[in-house]
Amino acid sequence: MTPTDAPADLAAAAPAPLLDATSSDAALRRFLHGLPGVDQVGAEQRAAGLGTRSIKAASKAYAVDLAISMVDLTTLEGSDTRGKVRALSAKAQRPDPTDPTCPATAAVCVYPDMVPHAVDALRGSGVHVASVATAFPSGRAALDVKLADTRDAVEAGADEIDMVIDRGAFLTGRYLDVHDEIVAVKEACALPNGQSAHLKVILETGELQTYDNVRRASWLAMMAGAHFIKTSTGKVQPAATLPVTLVMLEAVRDYRLATGQQVGVKPAGGIRTTKDAVKHLVMVNEVAGPDWLDPDWFRFGASSLLDDLLMQRTKLTTGRYSGPDYVTMD
Amino acid sequence: MTRADVRKTYKLYLGGAFPRSESGRSYAVEDAKGRFWAHASRASRKDARDAVVAARKAFDGWSGRTAYNRGQVVYRVAEVLESRRDQFEAELRTAEGITASRARTYVDAAIDRLVWYAGWSDKLAQVVGGANPVSGPYLNHSAPEPTGVVAVLAPAGPLLGLVSVVAPVIATGNTCVVVASQPHPLTAITLGEVMATSDVPAGVVNVLTGPQDEIAPWLASHMDVDAIDLTGVEDPEAARNLEIAAADNLKRVRRPAAEDWLATPGLDRMTDFLETKTVWHPMGL
Repeated sequence: MTPTDAPADLAAAAPAPLLDATSSDAALRRFLHGLPGVDQVGAEQRAAGLGTRSIKAASKAYAVDLAISMVDLTTLEGSDTRGKVRALSAKAQRPDPTDPTCPATAAVCVYPDMVPHAVDALRGSGVHVASVATAFPSGRAALDVKLADTRDAVEAGADEIDMVIDRGAFLTGRYLDVHDEIVAVKEACALPNGQSAHLKVILETGELQTYDNVRRASWLAMMAGAHFIKTSTGKVQPAATLPVTLVMLEAVRDYRLATGQQVGVKPAGGIRTTKDAVKHLVMVNEVAGPDWLDPDWFRFGASSLLDDLLMQRTKLTTGRYSGPDYVTMD
Repeated sequence: MTRADVRKTYKLYLGGAFPRSESGRSYAVEDAKGRFWAHASRASRKDARDAVVAARKAFDGWSGRTAYNRGQVVYRVAEVLESRRDQFEAELRTAEGITASRARTYVDAAIDRLVWYAGWSDKLAQVVGGANPVSGPYLNHSAPEPTGVVAVLAPAGPLLGLVSVVAPVIATGNTCVVVASQPHPLTAITLGEVMATSDVPAGVVNVLTGPQDEIAPWLASHMDVDAIDLTGVEDPEAARNLEIAAADNLKRVRRPAAEDWLATPGLDRMTDFLETKTVWHPMGL
């Protein structure tokens, strides 16, 4: 297997070396079950070990700013309103209105019916609009409903789609169904101008039971053409944990070695503190490599994390501790 | 075979638990005769930060309780302290080298002080609040409310001084972060054990031990601390600097002054950390 030049847009699903694997259900199962197993104790120990790195002063300031620029500022509640989405969009563009040097977040992530409001509020700002789709968060709907959901969001102007995989199909071993569904959703992400909305595939690792399954689901999603693999919907506990993100980072690293194509990673749910975010960044650098230390390749799906990052940033710039009275808690 | 003593590890009292300092540091505490007594945790600014977070988290629940219930909880602290008076008397004698009768006086006074403030908890509003006469068809009344998270720099008195500054703060519904006296930190942690077993909710009282001059500036400048009690600051220059740091978010500040801890206190330790809410209400229908 030799690395090939990665095309900017991953039009073909599985790249040549892996095409055989997706030719039939049996072949796909053989391939996924042929992936080396994850050493559970080793993965957890490695994640815990990387979490003890001490990041101070200038490095910490860099990490905080980088983490802010990687946040997908998310609101996925039944109670979301147009006003809340507009407020969140304003916060995404200027997270700290008192400090112009504070970077904007990467994206705002909303339900499909809220996309037009987010697009409106973010026009020209460079902040992306991400939308969950495919009957989020359970994914329990017919394929044509999921595809309609996706097309709806894309037509409304979302440039990133967060889809959920069919965990039921995955856990019962119907890997090709999962694969084909991702491919179909990816086609539904196509834009009239020939480009395509970026597709993030949510594995919902809290429902996958084992790290081996996380590794298999990661490869499956990447072979189906995912631009990003994302841990969780945030609606299931446990959500993103360090060992799960570690396994996924190993998967994207190995996938690039095998195919030359780079895929992003997005942990989501349960990351609330700056310390958690910095631990993730350390792990990205050590496991996947510095190429992934970029909002195009690594994101945090979070809402309250941004508030803690801003409080830490204020602490670093003013030398005194800030409090929740000084950020827009939402 | 002789039995090995089981020595107590004195840690911090933070959010209802007894963790070691985040920094892993400790310092030696000496008894009144200058002999080594025990090690105490040497808290860092990050412990202070964590304590403020714990106190803020506890504030809504504690201030939301009825004043009557808060009085019961403070009274409960007195009850539990009463049942451990021998231990406190022994600690005071070791710490300060005082006689048994003197130690008993201090412990008695500390327990009585708690009962005194417990009684005030549901009566203060009638004294410092009430209906205001106004020239209009309105009912107008004022009620005192707790200010929020109070940083307390405790005075040197290992038990009575500490109780006298903490009880008035929590009786009115504030939560606090206490920096215990640096030479006498151990009794403060033992008092934390009393708090932890007497229905005081986690985070309402947080006790840090360690160098005051290292921890206090972080609390004084902390934007999520609403008031600071400088009673335990002995150096006037340091007190002045803390007051300046506290001005950034308009903290309420209580300046240090000479105090006789055995005398019956006034209401000022409570009223210093209260806000007054005044409501105008149209009368009649």
